[in-house]
Amino acid sequence: METVPRPGRGPQSKKNKPQAKRKKPRRYWEEETAPTAAGASPGPPRKRKNLELGRHRQKNSHSSKKSWLSKKSQFPRKSQEQKQPGGEKKPGPQRSLSGFQDPFPGPAPVPEEVARKFCRIDRSKELPHSLPKTRSKLEVAERVEEEISAKAARSELLLAEEPGFLEGEDGEDTATIRQADIVEAVDIASAAKHFDLNLRQFGPYRLNYSRTGRHLAFGGRRGHVAALDWVTKKLMCEINVMEAVRDIRFLHSEALLAVAQNRWLRIYDNQGIELHCIRRCDRVTRLEFLPFHFLLATASETGFLTYLDVSVGKIVAALNARAGRLNVMAQNPYNAVIHLGHSNGTVSLWSPSVQEPLVKILCHRGGLQAVAVDSTGTYMATSGLDHQLKIFDLRGTFRPLSARTLPQGAGHLAFSQRGLLAAGMGDVVNIWVGRGKASLPPLEQPYLTHRLAGPVHSLQFCPFEDVLGVGHSGGITSMLVPGAAEPNFDGLESNPYRSRKQRQEWEVKALLEKVPAELICLNPRALAEVDVISLEQRKKERTERLGFDPEAKVPFQPKPKRKGRGSTASLVKRKKKVLDQEHRDKVRQSLEQQQQQQQQQAKPAGVRLSALDRFVR
Amino acid sequence: MKVKMLSRNPDNYVRETKLDLQRVPRNYDPTLHPFEVPREYVRALNATKLERVFAKPFLASLDGHRDGVNCLAKHPKSLATVLSGACDGEASVRIWNLTKQKCIRTIQAHEGFVRGICTRFCGTSFFTVGDDKTVKQWKMDGPGYGEEEEPLNTILGKTVYTGIDHHWKDPAFATCGQQVDIWDEQRTSPICSMTWGFDSINSVKFNPIETFLLGSCASDRNIVLYDMRQATPLKKVILDMRTNTICWNPMEAFIFTAANEDFNLYTFDMRALDTPVMVHMDHVSAVLDVDYCPTGKEFVSASFDRSIRIFPADKSRSREVYHTKRMQHVICVRWTADSRYILCGSDEMNIRLWKANASEKLGVLASRERAAQDYNQKLKEKFQHHPQIKRIANHRHLPKSIYSQIQEQRVMREARRRKELNRRKHSKPGSVPFVSERKKHVLAVVK
Repeated sequence: METVPRPGRGPQSKKNKPQAKRKKPRRYWEEETAPTAAGASPGPPRKRKNLELGRHRQKNSHSSKKSWLSKKSQFPRKSQEQKQPGGEKKPGPQRSLSGFQDPFPGPAPVPEEVARKFCRIDRSKELPHSLPKTRSKLEVAERVEEEISAKAARSELLLAEEPGFLEGEDGEDTATIRQADIVEAVDIASAAKHFDLNLRQFGPYRLNYSRTGRHLAFGGRRGHVAALDWVTKKLMCEINVMEAVRDIRFLHSEALLAVAQNRWLRIYDNQGIELHCIRRCDRVTRLEFLPFHFLLATASETGFLTYLDVSVGKIVAALNARAGRLNVMAQNPYNAVIHLGHSNGTVSLWSPSVQEPLVKILCHRGGLQAVAVDSTGTYMATSGLDHQLKIFDLRGTFRPLSARTLPQGAGHLAFSQRGLLAAGMGDVVNIWVGRGKASLPPLEQPYLTHRLAGPVHSLQFCPFEDVLGVGHSGGITSMLVPGAAEPNFDGLESNPYRSRKQRQEWEVKALLEKVPAELICLNPRALAEVDVISLEQRKKERTERLGFDPEAKVPFQPKPKRKGRGSTASLVKRKKKVLDQEHRDKVRQSLEQQQQQQQQQAKPAGVRLSALDRFVR
Repeated sequence: MKVKMLSRNPDNYVRETKLDLQRVPRNYDPTLHPFEVPREYVRALNATKLERVFAKPFLASLDGHRDGVNCLAKHPKSLATVLSGACDGEASVRIWNLTKQKCIRTIQAHEGFVRGICTRFCGTSFFTVGDDKTVKQWKMDGPGYGEEEEPLNTILGKTVYTGIDHHWKDPAFATCGQQVDIWDEQRTSPICSMTWGFDSINSVKFNPIETFLLGSCASDRNIVLYDMRQATPLKKVILDMRTNTICWNPMEAFIFTAANEDFNLYTFDMRALDTPVMVHMDHVSAVLDVDYCPTGKEFVSASFDRSIRIFPADKSRSREVYHTKRMQHVICVRWTADSRYILCGSDEMNIRLWKANASEKLGVLASRERAAQDYNQKLKEKFQHHPQIKRIANHRHLPKSIYSQIQEQRVMREARRRKELNRRKHSKPGSVPFVSERKKHVLAVVK
């Protein structure tokens, strides 16, 4: 990206040469100024808040590119001009031998907010106490990590797309804007993303987008299962399984499809051919797929949460939640922990390696209706039969951050990639938006609302597209929600435009780095933290290594004496004597310790007591 | 109402023709790359496993000698040339071409063993000493057609010479036997000869940096340092057991490593000989030869236990052990000048060529291949302390003889430790001092 103009190439005329020589170098965000208007320069750079920066970026980079091109044509003349002044040139302080001066000395600045996004080190935590050599290694590692995050933050400049937005005119409430208005206002390609599928025959629909956001699968209660490339509207398969469909989910790629049917869980390929019937997962109500672990988590009517490894076809864990029928489930995309909502108002967090829930949170009075977790793993939204919608903090405290009573309880919840929260209440969908990316959405005023043809049965934001898919009793609706999706995808992670070859390559790589199920825990970065080995564990390891405990006390064994004195009685007596001696020593030591402790406790008695001390425990 | 929808132009994301490369836009936002630590861990685990899968260090065996290979020498200018001397009387020096893996020249150098061989720094000639009390200088190139194979010079000595080393810059060389002799190439008598004690000296080595310094080790368990400029030795250190040979660190002038009969190697700082910098333990029999990597970071040792081991210079445990079913007592070992290969000569008449880095891929690497390798290397480093990874990375298959020896010695060490513990327990406090492993083996330093 050519953004930094060389000083020697600046568009200057002969008239104001001395002035131009000392001209302030132009930053990429500044508009190029004509030499005559040098005095009325546009002033300081604009706000460098990254959100705003993002919006202005493209425009400016265009203008700078244009100006660079125009300069190029002037280049030969310019070089002649530079030769003329010759001797009267004053060498600047940082000028090199060739006369080239770095207009922007030092490393490129990194906007602080962006850098914070990439920062992986918790500065508040102190390094563990360690030997100097280890410590210096840790410090070096931290420094490298910091450097890397700065570099990543700088690369933010290269992102090509910007997020969408919807702003009302003065006093206009965006919630009053109808879908039809949005469709009318946007370009044809975006307008085509809004569509309704009228499928009244086969009852309320569940839907699921694939990880790339390119494919859509939906299954109706009365057995209708279909998958399509929803962007081009190309149907991949359409079948009727002649059985109730409870839930439907894409596996790691769009080629495989898991359908929770009335009796068993079945897996179909993208042509509708049944590949597997998994009888160990029966009466499944909800499905979640953990893409990096290749685990399909199923919640069943019988109260079991079962993890199925889809790469090898083995059941990794079957956990009994002991809470009756499970029909509310969500996954935390940050740490692959499964959230289950129960009819007693609690949400429990599960990992396949632990038989008990990691955390249980009492969220509502009355049963849970829906749970959703945002993409950063920071917030959890829950709604219950008490008509409350609450947002919880998942960073350790598990406390509600905001709550709101809705006139009608929300039956379905979904978070978008940029942190928009959608709730389906009856046949209405409300969407709330936060102030920045991944910030907490205030629940007062909805951002958008939409009324559907029937009651909502499933909600999901499409990844990498400003679209919310709603499955309801009348079919499928694809809603336009500007600003919902992450605009810049990573081509190596999930690429909506990937070719078949790319998909195959990605699949192999993904399978190679399948994360083992045992690594699922609340903090996914725990593996990179310093393991401060406890003394006990170190001792245990040493014992294992040596094959015996070097510090273990060998029990006293009296030596047999000769000349008729080695009777068993005397042996036992001697043994007892030594044991008693040891016992006495121990008792004496513990008594001394007790005395010391008492003395220490007695000490503060000398200090004047305050009246409030009685409350100190 | 102002509205903007996310609308991508597919032309920006899809390649135009089939001949183009696929476009891969990147976004390094951490939320788009979840589980980076567990995924890196899995990658590191895979890389470690692959490293063990590809660890095939043995490259070639050069056979031709009629008896055990006694000494090896590298050519200073040509990476592909190596010289070896054997214990047989006939055709006892051979020059090998490593790329062809063939012997290119054989010389009937001495009657009986060839005790030592060294090349001149310019690479035009080399010297050999043998059991027949002679030092011979040979041309590196073979004789012309019709000429006879004859040494350039022959020096007849009075006693048997057991080792030879050439100065790194000057036309001088040193031999050892009853005494250390320093010779000028032009003369037939030594410039000076130095002795300290009356015992036969096993080997002598010039320091590659401080080129006037040389060290020798003798049968009376000592290592003696000399300065060529003065006719007397500098100082000596006496160890528990005999040192077979020493090798100077090519990067740090004052560091050398001694291969000892008590199964250990000792790295000494020349300035403070009373405590070795590091004791390298892993062999289960006498260490016969040692040679440093040109980078000075690692060295390789050859042992009587039929294996060679690679030690990091600052670690006490070896990082690698090489053995084959057929390799017998390894007598001499050399690390090639490009630091990528190791040569060892053993009792059963073969010279073996090994990779210094067991899992390294030889040949030209594509840039992507190299990048992937570097990335994997970094990952392995990052997660090296995780138990699963450590277990895989450290596992080496050992022949039964070595394996059982290790077990046996562990028992012996444990018994000794326990005995010391008991002795300490039952004697007056302070009368049985704690002696560190490093100080245990040095008996005295004499100046």
